[in-house]
Amino acid sequence: MTIASMIPAALANLFRKPATRLYPFTVREPFTRTRGSITMREAECIFCGICQAKCPSKAIAVVRAAKTWQVDQLRCLACMRCVEVCPKKCIEARSDRPAPYGSDRAGSIEKKTAPAAPPPAPAQP
Amino acid sequence: MKTTIIPLGPQHPVLPEPLSFDLVLDNERVIEAIPSIGFIHRGLELLAPKRDFEEFVMIAERICGICSFMHGMGYCSAVEDVMALPVPRRALQLRVILAELSRVHSHLLWLGLAADAFGFENLFMQTWRLREDVLDIFEETTGGRVIFNIVKVGGMRKDVDDATLARIAAKLESIKPQLKQITDVFLNDYTVRNRLAGLAVLSGAQARELCVVGPMLRASGVAEDQRTRSPMYAGLDWEVVTEPDGDCYSRCRVRVREIFQSINLISQVAGKMAADGVAVKAAGAPNGEAFFRAEQPRGEVVYYVRGNGTRFLERFRVRTPTFANVPAVIKLLKGVELADVPTIILTIDPCISCMER
Repeated sequence: MTIASMIPAALANLFRKPATRLYPFTVREPFTRTRGSITMREAECIFCGICQAKCPSKAIAVVRAAKTWQVDQLRCLACMRCVEVCPKKCIEARSDRPAPYGSDRAGSIEKKTAPAAPPPAPAQP
Repeated sequence: MKTTIIPLGPQHPVLPEPLSFDLVLDNERVIEAIPSIGFIHRGLELLAPKRDFEEFVMIAERICGICSFMHGMGYCSAVEDVMALPVPRRALQLRVILAELSRVHSHLLWLGLAADAFGFENLFMQTWRLREDVLDIFEETTGGRVIFNIVKVGGMRKDVDDATLARIAAKLESIKPQLKQITDVFLNDYTVRNRLAGLAVLSGAQARELCVVGPMLRASGVAEDQRTRSPMYAGLDWEVVTEPDGDCYSRCRVRVREIFQSINLISQVAGKMAADGVAVKAAGAPNGEAFFRAEQPRGEVVYYVRGNGTRFLERFRVRTPTFANVPAVIKLLKGVELADVPTIILTIDPCISCMER
């Protein structure tokens, strides 16, 4: 049985640099596999709605007629199920986490609309 | 006899999660402890019939933040049993590695909380600093610190290559000296021993009678561990950790020894990984029922799954270790001093999120 066996560790800590980071001034780089958030490339999306059906937290809303896709980043679990099931592979997993939102949550919704179709090429003479 | 009733919890500095006891006191001595639970019931089991069985893994993992991997694994294993899926050996080995890593981080978390409960702040911070290394391993291999999302019905979502596994084993070996320094304080320090030894003794027979599980049971000298029934642990060199005394100090010792044992198990498995892929396709839908038992850091957990041939399960049920251990804590609290109550509650490693789901 020892007395004050913690003292060597406590003394060593006095001369060691802190074990924590001064967040948010020092932010650690995320690992490559870190599940941060999702994003979508609207140019490739066919608005099929599979991601919406498969999302466990119902964070994705797709309107096929209006060609809109939106994700509520606060509802999103970053489980990446949508990334797995997307037939066009246009949903992308990102390792950085979304920034904080205001109390109205308005900023948490990320909405994407299909880009307008390019104007038809002028008829060749 | 004049008695006083003191409510302990649901908000209490020593309780990480809401559990409430009404303590009937005669002066400073507890005569009776009346528990009340249900503060964080979320109805996750009822979500099972409303979600596709493949997506329900994400919800099963969220039953609890500390045993999240075990819950995901238990759910998937039960569904795989129903569907009779031939899960690749490599996937099962990866599950063993992550399960043991979960045990390391859960026991480190508990040691820290225990140190905090008996007033050893410095020890608490040192323990959690080591836990941070384990969490980094999780984030690097699975993508999450707490919710891993790596397990799925039929295997694993992602593979972890052999070089990374070797690096993880080496990393764990390298933190062993620091770990030993910390655990020596738990095992040998005068203050810790005086605080815990001889406190709230539960004999082996009593533990059996009260259906206690996990480190709590093993600290009463009963060699009971669900891992002995798992084929994945059969070829490994390990034995069930037991301690004879049944007091709070024994429970602490069991967990300390299990940390080193888990690190050893990880090294063993990482050295002989199979190379037969990490997943099979879960074609069809579960039809039938299955039970699956696993050894969580806190004790034996039982999963029950019943499918009806559709993509939506009919029933999903979990019996969690904390639920099994609460009757023992009610018994242990009778006759102790009020000042010892938080420490005794903490030695069962209560996880109320698991218990109430």
